[in-house]
Amino acid sequence: MTLVGWFQIILVLGVTTAAAWGLGVYLARLYSGERTFLTPVLAPVEGLLRRMSGHDGGEQDWRHYTLAMLAFNAVGFLLLYALMRLQGVLPVNPQGFGGVPADLSFNTAVSFVTNTNWQAYGGESTMSNFVQMAGLTVQNFLSAATGIALAVAFTRAFARSNARTLGNFWDDLVKTTLYVLLPGSILLALAFVALGIPQTLAGHVDATTLEGASQAIAIGPVASQEAIKQFGTNGGGFFNANAAHPFENPSQWSNMLSIFAMLLLSAALPFMFGRMVGDGRQGRALFIAMFVFLLAGVAVVYWAETAGNPLMTALGVDPAMGNMEGKEVRFGQALTALFVVVTTGLSCGAVNAMHASLTPLGGLVPLALIQLGEVAPGGVGSGLYGMLIMAVLTVFIAGLMVGRTPDYLGKKIEVREMKLVMLALLILPLVILGFSAVSAIMPMSLASLANAGPHGLSEILYAYSSGAGNNGSAFAGLNANTFWYNTTLGITMFLGRFAFIVPMMAVAGSIGAKLRIPASKGSFPTHGVLFVTLLVAVILIVTGLEYFPALALGPIVEQFLMLAGKTF
Amino acid sequence: MSKTTTASTFDPSLMMTAIRDAVLKLNPVGLSRNPVIFVTEVVAAFVTLLWLRDLVLHAGDPWFSGQIAAWLWFTVIFANFAEAIAEGRGKAQAEALRRTRTDTLAKRLILPETHERLYSKVSALQLVPGDLVLVEAGDLIPADGEVVEGIASVNESAITGESAPVIRESGGDRSAVTGGTTVLSDWLRVRITAEPGSTFIDRMIALVEGAERKKTPNELALSILLTGLTLIFLVAVVTLWGLAGYSGTMLQAVVLAALLVTLIPTTIGGLLSAIGIAGMDRLIRFNVVATSGRAVEAAGDVDTLLLDKTGTITFGNRLATALLPVGGVTERELAEASFLASLADETPEGRSIVALCKGSYGFGETAMPASEMTPVPFSATTRISGVDLDGRRLRKGAVDAIMKHLGSQAQVPPQFREAVDKISRTGGTPLGVADGDRLLGVIHLKDVVKPEIKQRFAALREMGIRTVMVTGDNPVTAAAIASEAGVDDFIAEATPEDKLNYIRSEQRDGRMIAMCGDGTNDAPALAQADVGVAMQTGTQAAREAGNMVDLDSNPTKLIEIVEIGKQLLMTRGSLTTFSIANDVAKYFAIIPALFVATYPQLGALNLMHLASPQSAILSAVIFNALIIIALIPLALKGVGYRAVGASALLRRNLLLYGLGGLVVPFIGIKLVDLVVSALHLA
Repeated sequence: MTLVGWFQIILVLGVTTAAAWGLGVYLARLYSGERTFLTPVLAPVEGLLRRMSGHDGGEQDWRHYTLAMLAFNAVGFLLLYALMRLQGVLPVNPQGFGGVPADLSFNTAVSFVTNTNWQAYGGESTMSNFVQMAGLTVQNFLSAATGIALAVAFTRAFARSNARTLGNFWDDLVKTTLYVLLPGSILLALAFVALGIPQTLAGHVDATTLEGASQAIAIGPVASQEAIKQFGTNGGGFFNANAAHPFENPSQWSNMLSIFAMLLLSAALPFMFGRMVGDGRQGRALFIAMFVFLLAGVAVVYWAETAGNPLMTALGVDPAMGNMEGKEVRFGQALTALFVVVTTGLSCGAVNAMHASLTPLGGLVPLALIQLGEVAPGGVGSGLYGMLIMAVLTVFIAGLMVGRTPDYLGKKIEVREMKLVMLALLILPLVILGFSAVSAIMPMSLASLANAGPHGLSEILYAYSSGAGNNGSAFAGLNANTFWYNTTLGITMFLGRFAFIVPMMAVAGSIGAKLRIPASKGSFPTHGVLFVTLLVAVILIVTGLEYFPALALGPIVEQFLMLAGKTF
Repeated sequence: MSKTTTASTFDPSLMMTAIRDAVLKLNPVGLSRNPVIFVTEVVAAFVTLLWLRDLVLHAGDPWFSGQIAAWLWFTVIFANFAEAIAEGRGKAQAEALRRTRTDTLAKRLILPETHERLYSKVSALQLVPGDLVLVEAGDLIPADGEVVEGIASVNESAITGESAPVIRESGGDRSAVTGGTTVLSDWLRVRITAEPGSTFIDRMIALVEGAERKKTPNELALSILLTGLTLIFLVAVVTLWGLAGYSGTMLQAVVLAALLVTLIPTTIGGLLSAIGIAGMDRLIRFNVVATSGRAVEAAGDVDTLLLDKTGTITFGNRLATALLPVGGVTERELAEASFLASLADETPEGRSIVALCKGSYGFGETAMPASEMTPVPFSATTRISGVDLDGRRLRKGAVDAIMKHLGSQAQVPPQFREAVDKISRTGGTPLGVADGDRLLGVIHLKDVVKPEIKQRFAALREMGIRTVMVTGDNPVTAAAIASEAGVDDFIAEATPEDKLNYIRSEQRDGRMIAMCGDGTNDAPALAQADVGVAMQTGTQAAREAGNMVDLDSNPTKLIEIVEIGKQLLMTRGSLTTFSIANDVAKYFAIIPALFVATYPQLGALNLMHLASPQSAILSAVIFNALIIIALIPLALKGVGYRAVGASALLRRNLLLYGLGGLVVPFIGIKLVDLVVSALHLA
């Protein structure tokens, strides 16, 4: 670890925090229906869209809101699936790719609809420019907008008192896309182009190598996809190598801008929450809890990776660099560590290094961050509502200690909420551990593994964790493009998203309908250091510890084995 | 106030009953109400089968699986024991109450419309509401009812534990009588109001026995949390079999069973109902009966206390606090006149004047005049009282009455008006004193606020509870007393409707209200309040409307009731936190033990340096069982309560039970392991 490295990390996080606070204020105004500086420009467009769609923007209760969201995502899934299956007969296909196989199309469609962007395929060798732009990039916007809309609805549940409705899904969706995602992505795409990322409709450029051979180098509309991929915490790269590819992430600057872009919205949402519930301190506490995980993760990865691998040192590799396997020299250890932690803490899933090549301890961190439920700070929207579910749980466990039945922000947490919260919390371990355990003993699934020993188990665990957490990054080494993994990971991603969202929205409905009790000195304080500590502890103990046995058999034992000099 | 006449919790006879009940409670039908302990029992049965298999087939390690099975059964029994011992005390109390109920013979009047005292003797159980019965000196009142005629002294010690008799009479707020109490003198005609089997005593028996015990809303929500955690850990443990299979470890079912039971929240699962019962019991020993656990829980949540001024905030009587002479009269002259005029006055006001004159001006028995005094008693027409002696006519009374007594020609010094105004402004009552037709001065009577009540209210405010004083006084007087007592708000000239409206408006803002009352006109407000404490001396309507009955009829107890509610919730929360925090240490005991054979390097996670894999697993299971026993006293007694703000409470409890929950099992498991390995148990 170096001082310069830490300076880079702090710089990126500091700039992001400042920008996130400002964006949070903007978002709070936007979703409260107040004027923003973009209103004069965009209001006519919004009005036009509303008239075209014919929806009245009237308030919906949680059922209608959720049903609208589900219907919208179902249509998105079917369209994307059809686009991929019919790719061969669709235009803008310079490479002449044929239709995508059924299991891979299913997996990819679920993946992009759920904001996971797990890629069992190589982008440049499977998807035409048309599918990339009209299918994948469109879903990049819509899945992000869906997540944010849901987080806004959940926020309203706490902000309102005795309310039957939570807003209008279509309205929130249009507002998010029009006022947040589009302007942000356009600015980012321009910045990425300026930093040297290609943006063209051509399929490839031909180059003649030094040996005189001719090589077709894949390019395409990369910058625009890169922008929304990061900004909407999607993470699906244009290229198979994702943000490690020099056309997706050419320099230190583009790397820092990428981290900033993916962190920005998720970090802004807690500030928006605080403003909308009328107590900025509440949002700040959630933000700090999220960043505690992020900073701890960066510290561990940075330390583990610079400490290096004694086995490699024994083979004559210079230990001064630390473990550089699978990393890009142009990013360096510090910004790679930050990228690794941010992309997994966020459920973004873009990668600028190969996570499977991290040291076992360094690889444990991204895996654990995903398993904590993607709340550090989580995907756009999903991070906030995931964290709020954890806050509700924390208040319920510890709130009684002040001698009152628990309430969060003046909303009593009672039987119905606890049923739904536990239902939502059950789904992640069920699919992650369930599918991992089955895959760990079936010869069919074991055949996909490139590594023996604990590392193989880590690869399986990582795949299902990434799917369930809607992260989308991979521990490369596992060949996931098989019928078994395409199907089960598709199911995992679907359940990880929607089996969490539906009970979460039911909680929102029930919370919104409650009276908001005014806070008093006897209320459980949910804004101070004590609450942040508690929240972090509950997340670690309740959602983290259930994976401890599995992790002990994967990365933890691998770290001890590495130190002991044992290989497989 | 509170009477701790019942036996101590760990009384040997209660212990024996509890141990017997703990075994009886193993019946899975009853246990299924408690999911965590039910799962533990299923696992214990399963491990017992594995042990039998080991024994019969001479396979595995029956010594180990047998010990695990035994300790899993102990875990269930310890949890049952906690509940049984909490119930035990209530049962003993119910037994005593039940004795008062059996075969009472009632004198049912044959001609209820007349005043004829003709009756037939019937069993109390045959009485139906509307029956008129006669109760004479020495009789037990057969059932709950309303006095329609007569006045009698009644011994209600069967319910209140208070042996001093109380007066019951027809009409007014003292007309309710309770079945099982005894008439000491005179007679009463009583109209029965309760169905047989649902009288006050019946309900009390059911309550203290816990027969009607339903899970409170918060208990229910907590059970869901615990069940959810149990399911999550079930997933984690079952899938571990597959994950370990990958690494070539064949995990034994016994070991997985042990891991499951140590991870699921057995500590709080086992103590949860005991905590609830103990909370109700604390109230009962405090001589307050709650009609449901829900009411106790609500008490902890109360935001606003409606307190009657009289008796709660003030002593209930106006007392003389100062003498203000006018028109050249000396203070001593006024004091002497006041003293003499009040000597024959037996009202609390009169006695307080005598006491003031004795205390501040030294008048005592020596100041008694030698000559004959002729007391002039208070009458409704003159509204003054006093004494005639040696030709002096000393009088005191309300200012307007004294002015009337003096007549229109009387000299009224301007100081008199000033003094009267000053006293009225501060909420006091001025009494004029006259000697003949000469005005001597004014006595300042005021409501004296109880000492220390202000600190009490300050402490409540610190806890986030507002206090509201309810009084029939005019707003000026009310405001003066309110500011002196330090309440947050007051309702002056309060009618029952005002109380009801105040409660409703607070509830509309999401606040929870507690109040107490005794009159029939309090009943709507008592029913509307979240915690309505009816006085045992109150009317039947009031007792029906409230969700608690204070057997001592002491309105001040409302504050303690809130504290007991809070203590119950705090105990529940602290033990939940403790239980969940315990899991960290258990993981570190068991995980290395499970896999150290496959990966010796995982021994590094054996932070406690436990002797062997088997002793590690056994120690975790033993610790898990013993911690339930160790925490029973805390569950019954409740965690320490202090009237401080939520932040301070949280910090303290988190340090004790959160951090304690992390650290204690590391030490505990290590100690058990030392014993286990010293005894060669594993």
